[in-house]
Amino acid sequence: MSAATLYGLCGAALVGLGLYGLLVNPQPLRKILSFNLVGSGVFLLFGVVARRGAALGMGGDPVPQALVITGIVVAFSATALAVALLLRLHDATGSATLAAPEPGAPPAA
Amino acid sequence: MMMAMLLDGSLVLLILVVAVWTVAVHDSFAAVVGYTVYGLLLALAWVRLAAVDAALTEAAIGGGLTGVLLIRAAVRLRRTEAVSHAETPGPLFRVMAALVAASIAAALAVVVLSLPEPGPTLAPYVAQHIATTGLGNAVTAVLLSFRAIDTLLEAVVLIFALIAVWTLTPERFWGGRPGPKYETDPNGMLAYLARLLPPIGIVVAVYVLWVGADLPGGKFQAGTLLAAMWLLAIMAGLTEAPPISSRWLRGMLVAGTVVFLVIGFAGVPLAGAFLAYPEGYAKPLIIAIEAASMASIAFTLALLVLGPPERSDRR
Amino acid sequence: MSFLLNLWTIVAVSAGVFFFLAGTVGLLRFPDTLTRLHALTKADNLGLGLVVLGLLPHVSGPLAALKLVCVWLLVLLAGATASQLIARVAKRAEPPA
Repeated sequence: MSAATLYGLCGAALVGLGLYGLLVNPQPLRKILSFNLVGSGVFLLFGVVARRGAALGMGGDPVPQALVITGIVVAFSATALAVALLLRLHDATGSATLAAPEPGAPPAA
Repeated sequence: MMMAMLLDGSLVLLILVVAVWTVAVHDSFAAVVGYTVYGLLLALAWVRLAAVDAALTEAAIGGGLTGVLLIRAAVRLRRTEAVSHAETPGPLFRVMAALVAASIAAALAVVVLSLPEPGPTLAPYVAQHIATTGLGNAVTAVLLSFRAIDTLLEAVVLIFALIAVWTLTPERFWGGRPGPKYETDPNGMLAYLARLLPPIGIVVAVYVLWVGADLPGGKFQAGTLLAAMWLLAIMAGLTEAPPISSRWLRGMLVAGTVVFLVIGFAGVPLAGAFLAYPEGYAKPLIIAIEAASMASIAFTLALLVLGPPERSDRR
Repeated sequence: MSFLLNLWTIVAVSAGVFFFLAGTVGLLRFPDTLTRLHALTKADNLGLGLVVLGLLPHVSGPLAALKLVCVWLLVLLAGATASQLIARVAKRAEPPA
């Protein structure tokens, strides 16, 4: 088993771990964390594909690496938007939960 | 060979242990700290995969900026911790979630183990045409020449994300300053660090941008460094976050995309296609795009961390 | 000559790892925040410094050696500032003796 395959299996395990955390944790902030775990696992899989395409003196295929760099930046901006939504929910309703509000409760400010 | 496998094996084990801890620990703040450590370990994994540009980006954005963002959120949400614990699902749901997660991970593992040998690659094409860009770093060449449209669209996505964050402003604070007013001792440790570190950070950022043409580096990593230095100065109280209604701020945010678009459209009459570079002018045009984009990325990332305005712009 | 350099690298990096281990044991076993911070500074200063010294014979030139030393100095700066800030919060939080 080569090093790249080992990291590929690590990436697969990270996707599974992140998915479990996303389903099981009730706090939205933990769900955002787990979603980032899934994303970074997927990026690792990209990196494995890039490494296996090493040729002509380059350590890896540069196209998946460029896609990963773009992906990391976009994933950060998505996380920032998710956190801003969560903090706005907390400011508006006083709690940070994804459970439905009780029927008859007044609408949030 | 053995030593390399030992190193890779222990790094993978460490990454998985920290990831499990991040998912399983009870306190949210501890989970955020675990995630930051995980991001830094992942940067090491990228180095082992010979993707140093991705390692720099992961360490800076994945570990650093995302950590700052999540720590601020975790501190503000601390009071809701106890209430959320009551909603933790029961054992049956956890078992089913574990089964779903394990089956998806197993499917991905099967895919990884059955990848074609030798792996398909675009490296020969890149090596064949990289001389036209005048660059030595293949990843920078892909980002700014061969797949420049992706980079342009990504800059637009960043601006859209910032606008989306700004739409969450409460009505009375529209046009105001993001983040609280940080008051710290002007002679204290944090203010000292915020006076000492940004000049070093700016020099390192410009170096990373300049050397990214031939060695690992580039505008994303440099822009993140600049954003971090600005955030440090804001959080130490040395400078205030600008109001989001200010024109120079909005101009700086779009400057990178505007330069990119102007050069792209100029390529239509001069070189025959959108985002085509004229013969021999590729490198100076790429450097112009990178410099403008670095400034925009720095402002955008810092404002994404600071969030929507929380106070009105005081006259 | 290269044998001596490799020997120096092994000795220095091993000593650095020992200090990292000592700092981690201190972090886990010391009773309160201030003593744990004190243990961590050993990992920062001595541990990283010895690792950097051990790696210096193998760099490709004086500029790369300067970069390694700069990394060590920046980690020192960040560690010292963070330790001071954490210590002040810990001091304010503990009840008056």
